[in-house]
This record gives sequence, structure tokens and C-alpha cells, in this order.
Amino acid sequence: MHEKTIAELAAALQAREVSSVELTEHYLRRIETLDDALNGYITVTAEQALEAARAADDARAQGRAGALTGVPMAHKDIFCTEGVRTSCGSRMLDNFVAPYDAGVVERFKAAGCPVLGKTNMDEFAMGSSNETSYYGPVRNPWDTERVPGGSSGGSAAVVAARLAPGATGTDTGGSIRQPAALTGITGLKPTYGRVSRWGMVAFASSLDQGGPMARTAEDCALLLNVMAGFDRRDSTSLERPEENFTAALDRPVKGLRVGLPKPFFGEGMAPGVARVLEEAIDHYKGLGVEFREVDLPNAGLAVPAYYVVAPAECSSNLARFDGVRFGYRCEDPKDLLDLYTRSRGEGFGAEVKRRIMVGTYALSAGYFDAYYLKAQKIRRLIADDFARAFQEVDVLLGPTTPDTAFRIGEKTDDPVSMYLSDIYTIAVNLAGLPGMSLPAGLADGLPVGMQLIGNYFDEARLLGMAHQYQMGTEWHRMAPGGFK
Amino acid sequence: MSLSRDEVEKIAHLARLAVRPEDLEGYARELSGILAFVEQMDAADTEGVTPMAHPVEASQRLRPDEPNEPDRRDRFQAIAPAVEAGLYLVPRVIE
Repeated sequence: MHEKTIAELAAALQAREVSSVELTEHYLRRIETLDDALNGYITVTAEQALEAARAADDARAQGRAGALTGVPMAHKDIFCTEGVRTSCGSRMLDNFVAPYDAGVVERFKAAGCPVLGKTNMDEFAMGSSNETSYYGPVRNPWDTERVPGGSSGGSAAVVAARLAPGATGTDTGGSIRQPAALTGITGLKPTYGRVSRWGMVAFASSLDQGGPMARTAEDCALLLNVMAGFDRRDSTSLERPEENFTAALDRPVKGLRVGLPKPFFGEGMAPGVARVLEEAIDHYKGLGVEFREVDLPNAGLAVPAYYVVAPAECSSNLARFDGVRFGYRCEDPKDLLDLYTRSRGEGFGAEVKRRIMVGTYALSAGYFDAYYLKAQKIRRLIADDFARAFQEVDVLLGPTTPDTAFRIGEKTDDPVSMYLSDIYTIAVNLAGLPGMSLPAGLADGLPVGMQLIGNYFDEARLLGMAHQYQMGTEWHRMAPGGFK
Repeated sequence: MSLSRDEVEKIAHLARLAVRPEDLEGYARELSGILAFVEQMDAADTEGVTPMAHPVEASQRLRPDEPNEPDRRDRFQAIAPAVEAGLYLVPRVIE
């Protein structure tokens, strides 16, 4: 049953070949036997999932089932879930039982999807390897000595290992696309403002965006149909007409103009990744896609600018964790300052503290212009580069990551080398564009991701282009040994 | 940009983060490394460039000035570390 995609599961439920309770029990059993090897879930919500599955089966019996009613899924533990711990991978929120549901969580409840559990993640989504989680690293199902990427590493690992048919993730600098690439699944970061940030624990508010993670583009489209939409409670949510993201899946890609960004194909990309991309490009050429080289002259500035903008916004957002209203409080504070500083010092891990301090410094008196303002100007240059490219081409194609999954512990001593694993994904967040990663092959037995970047609101086109590739290739069907 | 131990201590204080004295050296080294890295931004000519605030130039929505959230004080205070009579408790601030 778990080899089926979300689209196939939805069809099986509709044909009454399986009930939601049976399906949910099947996944819960898999989680129980297999997740110890991965550490993909922080909290498993078996009881609530079965209750929701029974309700979904009732709804179907009464003729009230929607497209995904009864299909179980998982939420990244950054989305608030009423009555269920929402830890954000941090000791700070280890005792935090959310008093309300995130907008995205409400939407999946309304769609009738049972939630299997909350997935592991880098602490407050700050990391590219899932090693900064308070609950320990997540392991890559393709090689458990390696990282699954981050920060949505738990969601990526459980989808790759068939411990959930699909999951939510969030992407601030690559946190959906990079782990999707390293675990061989499909993930999409929508246009900034598409998916509600209400109830999604804030890291860097001008960049954070929730999105779907699943095995195929078609499944991501189905999940995005649930997730996307205006939410008045998120001040940057965009008012757009409802859109059916599966509508363009069958559109042929013949004549599509695709740009290959020069800076994405230079040195720094591993030979195995380069070979896989060449083959993918050849496949698209066979389908009639027209390729041309495009330049993004300021792409090299993306990672430095990001490591100003993201820490600055994080230092401000994370000021709310003060040991007073919710979350971790230190023992026996001697005065108010001691309460604040020790609760924060003990509640946050090393990477979160590093970023809070970088951000505090960058925003402090006398440095604002040189750091934050400079970085926001560079964002404009980067967005303008993309705008020029999209005058010539419809979509950009490149690698998602410079290399395949690295070993646990390999990059933990050097923050900057860790940051560079997001070198191809970060510019997309700075510009607010949609981007996705889909599996395109293996290098030395490890998955390689191909990245597609679209113009604003062009998610349907990206999903269609990815779907057309998946119709003619088998990479999205690959399952890691031991989790088949 | 290289940060000294003392500067890290000052930043940590501004951020209300308790840092153990033996960790200051390590943070000074790592933060200096990150700041040196982001200084690559200096190479870009940003003269006359308008800083970007929102990628799709959306403006803030306005709504009537009416309360639209129910009072959920009990719910929210149930997860607080220490409350009494509807108030959050902190160490004494006035002697």
C-alpha cells in the first residue's frame, strides 16, 4: 500500500479498495518498526490520526469526501497543532502544546487528512542537515550514516522511506528543496505569500514559505491545492483567485523555453550531479524543450546577503521567547534579566544562538546600513536578474544542491561550509519566486535533485514540467533499500 | 570584521543570551567567520538601488478597527510557566 502515490491512494480510497483507517494503521505500523532507524518523527499522533481516519471514512460513506479525504500525511513540527506539542526542534518549545492550529493545519483538517505525526527538523528551521535538532539528527534512508538535508529533513526522510505519503515543509533558504534533493523526493517552495504563515513558527518572515513534499509532482500539486490560499491573519498573504495546480500537469512541454543559469553550472558542482543534470536536459530536449544559457550576474551575492537578512529577522522574531509566557523557563531565576538570559541561553542550541547574535550585531546602532540595508538592496539586484531572465525564458533549470548527501558530522564544525550547501536555492527565496526540486538520478547510489525555478505564481507550470519528466522517467519511483 | 571576546559578550547581552565564559572564544571565532563571509556583499555596487521589502510589492491591508479575536486568556495562560490571578509571574522587579 505504501508504494502508492497520494494520487493512487486517493483513487484507492474512492474505489473503496481500502479504508482510511486501514491506510492510517498501515503507516503507523511502518513508523513503529522503521522510524527508530531514521528519527524522522518527533511526535507520533496515532490516536488523533485514527480518530480523523474514522471521521474520513464516515464522510466518504455519507458522500461528503473531497479529493484527499482519508489520505494520511505528516506536518513539519514548525506548524502549530492544537493540543499537540509543537517543538520546532528546540528545547525552548519542548513543553509547548500549541493552543491553536496553523492556517495550513486547519486546511488539511478541513480536507480530511489524518495527521500521522510531527516531523523532525533543524532547530527553528536553522540548518541544512537536520543536525541542529534538540531531538537528535535525522538519518537519510538512502544511507543512515548521512544527513537527509534540512531544515525539513524529517519530512523528507519519512516521505522517502514511505513512512508518510506526503508532508508539509517550510523553505526559508532551501529547506524544502535541499532535503527533497538529498532524499530523492519532490518538493515545492511556492511564491512568497501563497501559503499562510499563520501559526507557522517564524524564523525569517520575509523569506519563510510553507510548501508540499511528496514523491511526485502530481502529489505536490494535490497537496498545494489544499495548502495555498489567502489568509487574512497573515499580513503578507496574497489575495489571489483560487487555482487548481493539477490543471496544467498534462500540458506538453514542447516549445517551452528553459534557461540554464550560467552561475549554477560553474565550478563547485560535483561531477556526478553534473552528469545527472546533463541526462535530464537531454530528456527534456527529446520532449521538445528549447534550452538557452542565461546569466544571473548577482547570484554569487545570494548566500552572503541571506546570512544577513535571515539572522537579522530571526533575532527579532525569536525575541518573543523570554521564559515568561510559554516555552522553556530556567530554574530559580534570581532576577528578571537572569530569567531572560538563562531561559534563552539554556533553551536555544548553538546554531540558533549564533544566528541571533549575528542578527543582533547586524541590526545594532551604526551597522544597520552596512548589513541589513545593503542586503535588502542586493535582494533587489537578484530579483532584477531573475526578471530579466524571465523575459527570455519560461523556466530556469539547474541543480538543487552542489553535491549529494554528506556524512553526519562532516560540516558541523564550520558554519560557513554548511551555509554553502544552499548555494543554488537561496537566491529563489531572496527574490520570493517559486522553485521546486525533483529526483533526476543517482550518483554513487545517492539521489540527485534537479531544480526548476519559475516566475511569480507560475507553480502550475513548474509542476507540469516536472510531471512531464516523471511521466517518461522512473527516478521518482526509486525507494531506498530497507524501506521499500 | 573580527569580533573580540568582549564584543561577543556585549552582543550576547543585547540579545539577552547567557553565554558561558568558556564558550565566548568559540563564538568570537565563528561569528567573525560569518561576518567575514557576508562582507562579500561589499563587492556589489548598490548605489541608488531601492531596498526590497516585499517581493510582489504588496501593501498592507486595512480592516475596520474592531476586535476580531475572542478572549482566550485562560487557554493561553494554561501553557505559561507561572501565572497567578490571570497575571504572568516573574521575579520581583521592585524592591
